[in-house]
Amino acid sequence: MLVTILDVVIAGLLMGGIYALIAMGLSLQYGVARILNIAHGEFIMLGAFITWTLFAVFGINPLVSLIVCGPIIFIIGFLLHRSLFTYLKISSPSPAAFEGNSMLAAFGLLFIIQNVAILIWGAGIKSYTYLAFPVNIGGAVFAANRLVTLGFALAIGVAFYIFLARTRLGKAIRAAAQDPNTAGLMGVNINRVLAICFGLGTLMAGLGGSLISMMISIQPTMGLEYTVIALIVIVIGGLGSIPGSFIGGFILGLVGSIVTYIEPGLAMVAYYLLFMLLLLVRPKGILGK
Amino acid sequence: MDIVRFISKRSFLLGLLFLILVVLVTAPFYTSGYFVVLASSIFMYIVLAVSWAIFSGPTGYISLASAAFFGVGIYTSALLGGALPLPIIIGIGGLASFCLAFLVGVLTLRLRGIYFAIFTFGLVEILLHFILWWEVNITGTTGRVVPTVDNTTVYYAMLVIFVISMLTAYFIRRSKFGLALQSIGDNEEAAAHTGVNVTLVKVTTFAISAFFMGAVGATMATRWTYIDPTIAFNPLLSFMPVLMAIFGGMGQLYGPVIGASFFTLLKQYLTTTLAKQGLGELYMLIFGIVLVAAIVFLPKGVVGLIQKWWGRLRKRTSGEQHANS
Repeated sequence: MLVTILDVVIAGLLMGGIYALIAMGLSLQYGVARILNIAHGEFIMLGAFITWTLFAVFGINPLVSLIVCGPIIFIIGFLLHRSLFTYLKISSPSPAAFEGNSMLAAFGLLFIIQNVAILIWGAGIKSYTYLAFPVNIGGAVFAANRLVTLGFALAIGVAFYIFLARTRLGKAIRAAAQDPNTAGLMGVNINRVLAICFGLGTLMAGLGGSLISMMISIQPTMGLEYTVIALIVIVIGGLGSIPGSFIGGFILGLVGSIVTYIEPGLAMVAYYLLFMLLLLVRPKGILGK
Repeated sequence: MDIVRFISKRSFLLGLLFLILVVLVTAPFYTSGYFVVLASSIFMYIVLAVSWAIFSGPTGYISLASAAFFGVGIYTSALLGGALPLPIIIGIGGLASFCLAFLVGVLTLRLRGIYFAIFTFGLVEILLHFILWWEVNITGTTGRVVPTVDNTTVYYAMLVIFVISMLTAYFIRRSKFGLALQSIGDNEEAAAHTGVNVTLVKVTTFAISAFFMGAVGATMATRWTYIDPTIAFNPLLSFMPVLMAIFGGMGQLYGPVIGASFFTLLKQYLTTTLAKQGLGELYMLIFGIVLVAAIVFLPKGVVGLIQKWWGRLRKRTSGEQHANS
């Protein structure tokens, strides 16, 4: 019994780490840049496929390809914000209109990225094996790659938090999140900071994708599921709250693991029920202001 | 000379609409079966886009629940098909969606902006996953066979739903009710203070728009013969009406009609011609590019563009008159 509980809890935490990472990215994009990026999952997919390509074609260690994958996806996100979203921001009559327009533009991006990926890699399922040997934790057995993934997800999350809290750019990002206009008056180059935020959001999605590709098989249409999960997590943690997303990720991972143990088919239903109940009872999320 | 003024006349417009209606009603007698099938699809998307715009256009609440209401209609048809005549099934499908929308509307009263959009999107996914689980674990069968109806019947059913939804949208726009909706979109608190029953207006309109989506779902299901939860609750159908309405422009009633017709024809063209060359996948890519381009270059939709050109034409002809007199 104790081993079963341990089993379920650890499985939940392992999945929660990834959820936390991808949700932080989405949270950053919505919280600072005010873009509800429906295409978030597509960047996860891109990260996963770049890692797969590097491993399958060039034989590069997936953990090393995190270093390659991250910057590429950061630049894509940065440039997207500089061109498309900055243009929308200028042309939208009100902040609310910008939120609507940018969400729909992101929806268009979803199709573009997903179908470009299908053209490049084909629509089939891809997978590789890396660090798949079993590890025993107090009686519960897991593949080593899951533990490595959790470790990296935690490290990236903590590093990002320190970056936000301690560095000058992090301060500028927090200022932009609170009040973009005043931050601009105080000498923050607001468009650049927003673009960096969006880029960091896609970066985290890409890294999440790289880590995901180590554990499960991937395909070009995998993105939307993760977008939805990230959305649920940021609603649990409070829209725009970075620590909230981090904690929310683990909560969702645990809930998923518990429900999967009781009734495997109902995990997604449980996610949505939790999410809709929370929206109705406490729409600001657990750590929301 | 005075062609602009002539076209603007009300009687001309009514005559034109009547003519279009006559053409549509008689179309199955002299066109091919292909036209009837294609026209039914166009009607489907027009009704989805127009009924989406009935609620979301004036209020600014972005609803992503269209697929849920559409899917409820589909499932009504699948469960009752064959047992009851088609018009009754369509009515029940619409009513089921109406009730669901009413419930959702009451639940989500406090949610604004992006929260409403996320909640409604969640509704589609939860129905999809729950019914999938139910079919796999409780009934033990995934998917159902829907008794088919011939294409011409589907065409006329869609035509009737189309006309009724257009009339409903028109009268809502023209009525005090429509003004109340508009005021909610402009400023909800102010609307409440001036005596608009915000709750009632919002929930009723949401439910009315869902009625048409459910009715369309119940009708179109008969054409698909086989359905399962992933077909019935396809999230794409939540986004398509939004895209079509925005592309067409929501400033005028005909905006969503233009948007829906354009995209259905584009889809038809791309899937048939590109598939011949083995490039069927390109369809969704082009679709995404058009969507992004529309949001960037046509913020007020095709309607905005038409109005701009129309305004210029009008100014020019009135200027000519001025010069002549």
